[in-house]
Parts: sequence; structure tokens; C-alpha cells
Amino acid sequence: MYLRKTILATGVALSALATASFAHAEPTAEVLHWWTSGGEAKAVASLKEDFEANGGTWVDSPVAGGAGDAAMTVLRSRVLSGDAPAAVQLKGPAIQEWAEQGALADLNDVAAAEGWDDVIPGAIQDVMKYEGDYVAVPVNVHRVDWIWANPTLLEKVGATEAPKTWDEFNALADKLKAAGITPVAHGGQPWQDATVFETVVLGLGGPEFFQKALIDLDEDALNSDTMKAVFDQMRKIRGYVDADFPGRDWNLATAMVMNGEAAMQIMGDWAKGEFLAAGKVPGKDFICAATPSENGYLFNVDSFAMFNVSGDDKVEGQKLLAELIVGEKFQETFNLLKGSIPARSGVSLDNFDDCAKKSEADLNAAQAAGGFLPSMAHGMALRGHLSGAIVDVVTAHFNSDMSSDEAVSRLVEAIELAKD
Amino acid sequence: MGASQSTESNLTAGIQRHLSKIVVAPSFAASLFFVYGFILWTGYMAFSKSRMLPVWDWAGLRQYERLWQMERWHVAIENLLIFGGLFIVTCLVIGCLLAVLLDQRIRAEGALRTIFLYPMALSFIVTGTVWKWLLNPGLGLESMMHDLGWTSFEFDWLVNSDMAIYTVVIAAVWQASGFVMAMFLAALRGVDQDIIRAAYMDGASLPRIYFGIIIPSIRPVFLSAIVVLAHLAVKSFDLVIALTGGGPGYSSDLPATFMYTMAFQRNQLGVGAASAMMMLATVMAIIVPYLYSELRGGKKNG
Repeated sequence: MYLRKTILATGVALSALATASFAHAEPTAEVLHWWTSGGEAKAVASLKEDFEANGGTWVDSPVAGGAGDAAMTVLRSRVLSGDAPAAVQLKGPAIQEWAEQGALADLNDVAAAEGWDDVIPGAIQDVMKYEGDYVAVPVNVHRVDWIWANPTLLEKVGATEAPKTWDEFNALADKLKAAGITPVAHGGQPWQDATVFETVVLGLGGPEFFQKALIDLDEDALNSDTMKAVFDQMRKIRGYVDADFPGRDWNLATAMVMNGEAAMQIMGDWAKGEFLAAGKVPGKDFICAATPSENGYLFNVDSFAMFNVSGDDKVEGQKLLAELIVGEKFQETFNLLKGSIPARSGVSLDNFDDCAKKSEADLNAAQAAGGFLPSMAHGMALRGHLSGAIVDVVTAHFNSDMSSDEAVSRLVEAIELAKD
Repeated sequence: MGASQSTESNLTAGIQRHLSKIVVAPSFAASLFFVYGFILWTGYMAFSKSRMLPVWDWAGLRQYERLWQMERWHVAIENLLIFGGLFIVTCLVIGCLLAVLLDQRIRAEGALRTIFLYPMALSFIVTGTVWKWLLNPGLGLESMMHDLGWTSFEFDWLVNSDMAIYTVVIAAVWQASGFVMAMFLAALRGVDQDIIRAAYMDGASLPRIYFGIIIPSIRPVFLSAIVVLAHLAVKSFDLVIALTGGGPGYSSDLPATFMYTMAFQRNQLGVGAASAMMMLATVMAIIVPYLYSELRGGKKNG
């Protein structure tokens, strides 16, 4: 009897509490994301702290698995049932696709108040805007076109720095191979093959060609001799990787460079996190250099898209969240944890490592030269079905003895098929 | 008083009479909705223009046309034929052989039977991961042979685009042949011993008895085993994901992994649904004749 009374009393108290908290229009935001491990989880936790310190109520909806595939499935069903989360980790043209469905909220008043147009690079603004309105906010800039090299192994063949052109790259790799060193550490997964491919496109064709071929999908560019030369170079790189590369995860390839089993890896700057976590010092224990290109810079920007929500508390929460994400404080803490660089100007890089500083300097140079381009392999440049069609051809070519001519004709065909 | 008692007993009797139907009803309703309902839904999606979100706009056969124009789908279908054919035949041969050998009233039969059957208790993910390590040239069998001094030994199927699908066959056969063995063993034990003894009396040799009498008499088990194995082959997904990840490239893609890629990674719900319907058609092509023959056979016997 006594027990029952207690339960009843607790129940009443709880419901009173619940009513009380609903009565206040506290800013509330539900955040759907798949940053659930390691540095990424810490990075999200820093946003949560920031948000709560500003009086918001954070509703965490992490959906792990399948590099976001699982989260996207959840998102689809949530939007279809009319109950979208306030902010969703979403990137690249996927933002435009959701905006076309009319699912995204307009952030222009926050953008105007915070002056986003002046601090966010133009190419990134294009990704965050739909028909001129801000619908998403960037959290970081990862650079894709990096070479991570082991200086000790390079010294063995008399090299002191990473190659500056693809010819130098091949010459160096041949020397390494002759010396019995695996020149390139690579993981044979489609997205990794595509990562190497796009850096070669950028290097051999230049930024203008990259834009035409992999962003505008211009048929002449796809069908050109330059593209054939790109596939020739891919075939060469295939000869520089060890026999066991298929299926290997990228971080295992990074470990090969770290442990002196291979000389170089072409990978985005999330690889840096592996080196730093192992206590390695940039410039001394490992070299970070851009892959050969003329002022090119391939960016991979994570972002949160803001979905239409109803209710004052939710709208307020969404605006507060957007403001905080682009804010200098969050951009610094988040990117220190994630290994990327801030997606806005005006954040001091004093606490960042040398590779991050180089990334920032190259970003500014590339922007001035027109070489600041979205990554195709990481879903920044094209919609999923189009980039998927390219990746299929690239990985089929890399993992077989397909000729460059055939690869080019298949590329053109695959794009045509995917377009309609 | 008496009247109310009789109504009560009527009610109880009624409940008892319909008890089986009442118990089955919820699961019947659930499977009607979640299985057949969603089959219909997927069937419609395959005729729609759906990309990222399901839409109802009619696209006719366009998604099927696109599906059959995709190089990757052809690879997946070809792999299914190789994988399905080899998997079913090898499992039947090995399973049947093991069952016959175990049937010789040998010692420790129970222990051996358990050993052969245990792989079936593992999930395909575990099987795939273990075989990935075993078959990795730099880690497993090949490197072990090299360490033992046999340096010319080469077994690189896992990393060879042309051979990767065969590693999936190896792992799947390892897992499923014990189960087939158990099916056959049960059937062998059910064969009438008098016939066998009579054959002995007539001086028939042991192989002759097996091929002439026992195996023909357990023919229905072959059919059941083929149906079970065939649907395992068509729906194979986790084994490929764990073992090869569909690679190298997409050379070991199967229809199920293709469907997942299109529907959940590439925003191609329409093409994904079309490929799912093709898979359904394949399974139906196997199951429907089987069910038909079973049901017809049942009537004839009854």
C-alpha cells in the first residue's frame, strides 16, 4: 500500500515536472548524426556542451553503422512521417536533394546576423545554400589530396620530400620498388580507389579539367586523352601497391606508412589523426604534402542540414545550434578534435599542428587561383547515383587489367545511364 | 444456473475449437502486412520514379531497363549463377558423402556429427571474417605455407578479381554442408532396414546398395536440401560483406549487395526495388514448382 502511494506520488511529481519544462519555450534541438566513435564522438560532445551552456536542450539521436547509411534510412522515415529532427549530419549535394523536397529550413536571418557570407569560403557557401538561401551549416574542412609519407623510407632512396609532379612521383616510386620498399600503401575499397583517382585527375588535368570532368560531367572532358592519361597513371599506381591491398581499411594502410612497411599513402587528412594518436610528430616522423597539382585543393566538408521543425522551442533551438556551429569557439574545439580545419575564416590556428596550418595556407592559395574544388570521391561534387557510377568504373579498372580506352568509354556510358 | 453453466461451457468449447486460429491470427496478420504488404510496396516502387524518397510517379519499365543496362548488375547475376550453382552442388556432394560415411555405425558418431554441424551455428558474419583472415595472402594460409618453407605456394583468390567469388563459395560450403549432412543422415536412418538386408542376401555390394536403393529412396530430401540451399544462395548478403566487401572492385557483388548499394547508398530506390523484384522472381522460380509438387504429392498420397 505504502509502495503504491509512493509510486503514485512520484508519477504525479514527474508529470508536473514534465508540464513545467514544456511550459518554458526552452530552445530544443534534436541532432541526428553518426559520429559515434573516438575523436568524432568527443567532437559532438563539445557541441552538446556548448549548446547546453547557452540554455538549450540537446536531444541526441546517434545512428551508427554503414558510414551514415543507417542514419539516412532513419532520416527518410522520419521526414516521411512528418517528424524530422532539427539538425542532421548531411553533406554535399545530398543537402540540395533534401532542399528540393522542401524539407529544409531557411537560416538566412541567422546568416545575416552572424555575417556568414564574409567568413565562409564561396565554394563552401554554394554547398550550404539552396537557391541562395542558407539551409545548412559547415563544421569543418577536410582536405582530400594529401600524400602521407615516411621520411625514413624516402631517405633510403635519397629523397627528402614528397614528389611535386606525377612524373617525380613515378620516378620515386620506381626507385623505392627497386630498393624493395612498397611505394604506396593503399586499401582496395571503392572509395579509396576513387580518392586516388580524383587526386590524379586534379594533378594531370588541372583544376579546370577537374571541374569539367567530375563536376560538370562534360562528355568531351570525360572522353578526352587527358582522362586516358589519368587511367594510365592509375594503372601505374596499381603496380606500386602491395599484393594484399584489396579490402584493406584505410587506417591499416596508414599504419603501414607509420610502421615503415610502405613509403606513401594518398588519403584525406583524417589519416593525420592516426599518426597523431600514435604520438608521431609532423615533419619529423611523417611528412604531409599535397598530391602533385597546380594550386589544387579538394575539400570534403561535413555539415549539418537544418530540417523544418514546428514549435517555438524547436525553431529557437535550431537557430541557436546553427549560430554556435559556425561560431569561432566551436569551430576551433571541434576541428582540434577531428583533425580538420575550421570552415570559416577568423579562427586562430595557433593551437593546430603544422599540417593543419599548411592546409589553411593552401586553401587560401587555391581559392585565389580557382583550384578550391569539392571532392567527388567523398560525395561533395556529385549526387550519389552519379558519383557512384564513376566510382564503379574507377574501381573496376583499378582491380582488373582493363585498358584505359575501355575505362574511358565505360565511364562515358555509365554517366549517360546514370543521368537519365 | 444450469443454463448459464451450459453457455459457459459452450464458450469454452468455442474457444477451444478456434484456439489454433486465435493463436495464429496475430502472426498471420503481421506477416500478411510486413511480408506480403511490403512485397507489393516494393513491386510498386520498381515501377516508380523513386530516387531518394519513395514517390508514386509512374515510370513503367524504365527502372528495369536501367537495371539491365548496368554492368554491375550483370556481374552480380553472373556471380549468383557461379556461386549458387557451385554452392548447391558442392554442399550436396559433401553433405551426402559425410552422411554416408557417418552412417557406417562408426565410433564417436555423435561427436563427429556435432563437429560437422557446428559451423551452421555461426553467423555468416563470423564465417566471413574468419575466412577473410584465413584466405588473406599476407596473413593466412599463403603466408603460413611461406613461413613453413613452401615459398612457391600461391593462393590469392581473395584479392584476385576473377577468383574472389569462389572464396565466397568455399566459406559458404564450409558453413552449410554440415547441415545438409544432418538432413541426409536423418533420411538414411529412415530407410527401411529390411530392404537393405534383403539386398545383402541377394549379394549386392555396398556401393550398389547405396546407389541403387538408398539414395533413390531419399530423393525427396535432395529436393528439400536444394530448396533450402538455393534460397540461402539468393539472399546471401552478410557473408559477402564480411568476406570480400563485394570486392576487389565490385567483382564479387551479389544481387543482395547490389540492391543494398543502390537503395541505401546511392539514392536509387527505384533501381534497388527492381533488383529486389528480380531476386524475388528467382526465388519464386525455385519455390513455386517445389510447393506445387509437394502439395500435389500430398493430395495423391492422402
